[in-house]
Amino acid sequence: MLTLNRIALCQLDELPVGLGRAFEVDGLPLAVFRTRAGRIFAVDGICPHKCGPLADGMLAGDSVVCPYHAFRFEGATGACDQAGTCDIATYPVEVTDDGVFVTI
Amino acid sequence: MIQQNTIRDTPLTRKRLVVIGNGMAGARFVEDLIAADPSHGFDISMFGDEPYGNYNRILLSNVLNGSQDAKEIFLNPLGWYEENAVTLHAGKRVTKIDREAKIAYADGVEEAYDTLVFATGSRPFVPPIAGTSLHGVFVFRTLDDCRNIADYAKDCKKAVVIGGGLLGLEAAKGLMTHNVAVTVVEMGPWLMGVQLDADGGKVLQQTIEKLGITALTSASTKEFVGDETNRVKGVKFADGSIVECDMVVVSAGIRPNKELGAECGLTCDRAIVVDDTLQTNDPDIFGVGECVQHRGMVYGLVAPIWEQTKTLALRLTGKNPDALYTGSKLATKLKVMGVELASMGRISDVKPTDEVVTFAEPAREVYWKAIVRDGKVSACCMLGDLGPADDLVDFFMTEKPAPSRRLELFFSAGSQVHGHEISLADLPDAKQICDCNGVCKGTIVKAIQAGKTSVPMVGKATRAGTGCGSCKKMIAGLIEAVAGAVKADPSESWYVPAVPLDKPTLVAEVKKRGLKSVSAVLCELATHEDEKSKNGLASMLKGIWGTEYIDERDARFINDRVHANIQNDGTFSVIPRIYGGVTTADDLIRFGEVAKKYNVPMVKLTGGQRIDLLGIKKDDLPKVWADLGMPSGMAYTKALRTVKTCVGSEFCRYGTNDSTKLGIALEKRFQGFEFPAKVKLGVSGCPRNCAESTVKDVGVVATEGGEWEILVGGAAGAHVRRTDSLCRVKTQDEALKVIGRFLVYYRDNAKWIERTYDFVPRLGIENLRKIIVEDSLGIGAELDAEAEKTIAAYVDPWLERDNPVFAGQFEETRKVSLPMVV
Repeated sequence: MLTLNRIALCQLDELPVGLGRAFEVDGLPLAVFRTRAGRIFAVDGICPHKCGPLADGMLAGDSVVCPYHAFRFEGATGACDQAGTCDIATYPVEVTDDGVFVTI
Repeated sequence: MIQQNTIRDTPLTRKRLVVIGNGMAGARFVEDLIAADPSHGFDISMFGDEPYGNYNRILLSNVLNGSQDAKEIFLNPLGWYEENAVTLHAGKRVTKIDREAKIAYADGVEEAYDTLVFATGSRPFVPPIAGTSLHGVFVFRTLDDCRNIADYAKDCKKAVVIGGGLLGLEAAKGLMTHNVAVTVVEMGPWLMGVQLDADGGKVLQQTIEKLGITALTSASTKEFVGDETNRVKGVKFADGSIVECDMVVVSAGIRPNKELGAECGLTCDRAIVVDDTLQTNDPDIFGVGECVQHRGMVYGLVAPIWEQTKTLALRLTGKNPDALYTGSKLATKLKVMGVELASMGRISDVKPTDEVVTFAEPAREVYWKAIVRDGKVSACCMLGDLGPADDLVDFFMTEKPAPSRRLELFFSAGSQVHGHEISLADLPDAKQICDCNGVCKGTIVKAIQAGKTSVPMVGKATRAGTGCGSCKKMIAGLIEAVAGAVKADPSESWYVPAVPLDKPTLVAEVKKRGLKSVSAVLCELATHEDEKSKNGLASMLKGIWGTEYIDERDARFINDRVHANIQNDGTFSVIPRIYGGVTTADDLIRFGEVAKKYNVPMVKLTGGQRIDLLGIKKDDLPKVWADLGMPSGMAYTKALRTVKTCVGSEFCRYGTNDSTKLGIALEKRFQGFEFPAKVKLGVSGCPRNCAESTVKDVGVVATEGGEWEILVGGAAGAHVRRTDSLCRVKTQDEALKVIGRFLVYYRDNAKWIERTYDFVPRLGIENLRKIIVEDSLGIGAELDAEAEKTIAAYVDPWLERDNPVFAGQFEETRKVSLPMVV
């Protein structure tokens, strides 16, 4: 049975502006980004191409660019710009006064 | 009525440019203009006879023979004109020019001009013989002609092509694919009279007759004979003989469209006469392409026409107001009906004093002929096997002396090497072209056929050429082979993809607006946001603003955020400076101790005479740096990397100067300099060059007599290039000064990711020598001051170990457990 869990990740100021941070929630690698425009999103932490650490990638607008071979994934949908590479999963994120929460 | 273009921000300063003709010359000219200066100040209007965007006329025969679809040969679809703010009057023929009022008139449209360009091209010549209006008689020139010929051929069994030149043979080949028996009729004594001599023409005739085409030479057509329904049924010759046929295609050469020019009073001879500036006798009217005559020549091939369009674009945009077109030397390689043919110069032009060198191999239908005049190759034709053609083209174009043993023109050591080279067209589709991204020829060719006709477009579609870039020349070659020519792409001149400005314009704009951070530039000037542009802008802004630069870490690649090189398992490599590759026992012991303490999985000596600790976890980086107590070698970033040295005069028996001392001085002085791409140095103590200085970005070689030779622009990676010699200096101080100037000049003028091995040949070593050594621009003192400023601003990035600049800079993945309660 699929159970959804709402997990507290960190405080907002622990996410650097314009960058990502790597989390591992019960063994699941996540990359959480905070764009300059203030949007927060969470995606799979590992690039499906060659296992690049996506949290170390750069943001191009609302997309994340893998640091290994510049494969690009949309933050909102997880869609990849390269044919033949699968998309990545995305996870809902919530920011409250108590911090940043992800639902997996 | 004057058509209004879109309103611009500065309407008063804009000039109106009207181009008459939307063929290969007219459209290419406009492309060249936009590429030369994307912010050109013109409002551009074009008139085209045909109701289409422009297409590649060279490929028409492919449309006729069915190997390409008509839509594949379009160079610029109608959308292109819109995107580039070019007003296209398609299907409108200009009928009158009022030079006094400066207005061009076409059916129902008027365009006022400040500058007018004639690119009216040419039309097929139809000989004045009876019967040209019969059904089934065609000319072969336009896309519509192609369609009409192909449609009509469906019901035909026999066709006659009038004209045995290049286009006539192409038409014959096209007709063969429609199962029509073809007879080619040539008035001259042999086929392809422009490119071949009599013997070559005979060889070609034999070859095509084997393919099933009949060729009649010295045949003068008198009349096309029709039946009672006015359909053509035969061709009658001057000797009374008749060849029966169901259709005729006339391809008897071209005539320039000069009439419009003549009517408005422009000087015309065989075509509209232009001078070396491509100007007609009216200073506001210019001409390019097949409609113009330059120094007595009318060109019908694309290469010279594209030289003309480029020259005119450079002049009119002011990018090079002194650009001149002084005529073209014609050297072409063609494939006619599967027969390879190379032609340069006028092969029929033989003087009694000329030497003629020929080689023939009848069984393989190979025929080579070169004419040597005054010791130089003045013309050449080659048929069947183009082994030495590249060498001959080189002799012809550069006018260098022919070898005194003339047979070496065809059979030199060099030509044998060429002979073994496989041409791009012959490579199998499965051959990998881009080794970085694993892209095969077939994939690239498909992209080109789908209209991706510039290297960046192919890169975007297939990733080919987007890795190390060393295959870009091959991609350009494939585009030429498949689409006829590489399309000018304005984005090639931009500094970064997201900001459509070249570097000088971008720098000026950034300074004018006072933009000191990457996000500010992106916000005000960019069309979109991408990682390459962020990196490039960060590097450029740091160079412009120095200490005033607002350093946003999200504009940096991971390596530049943590000052280490990311590896394929997510760990990092640590390479400290070892100045000049000279270390000490104490430092080596420390390396060993650190490697043990952190269980470093691999300790590696690098090619740049340093020591690399591989497999360091992100959160260990600050500790490793602290324990090493050495500054960063910056091996992870676009900056000064190593200075490789040989032992030199301190110990070496051959050393003539102290290369290690100079190497250490160079590395200490320029450490921390950031550039558009990485920079590696080498210093060798004698011309034996053990430090491989001749393949470095900057190399220094000591010479006997105590001088240092400074070399620039070398490479020994995916691309290999020998350095060019910049100058010789006498002392270490002079060497430091010249190299400092070069480095600053490169930093401030190179494009993003442009290595010195591209930068140096782009500017030219003579030009660079004038600027750097002779100070022709008077910027020497400025460059020196800039070098001093950058030296003073150097801070070891590894000192951030004590004060991380953003949250989580040196932290590993944070582990979070699921709550226990479900």
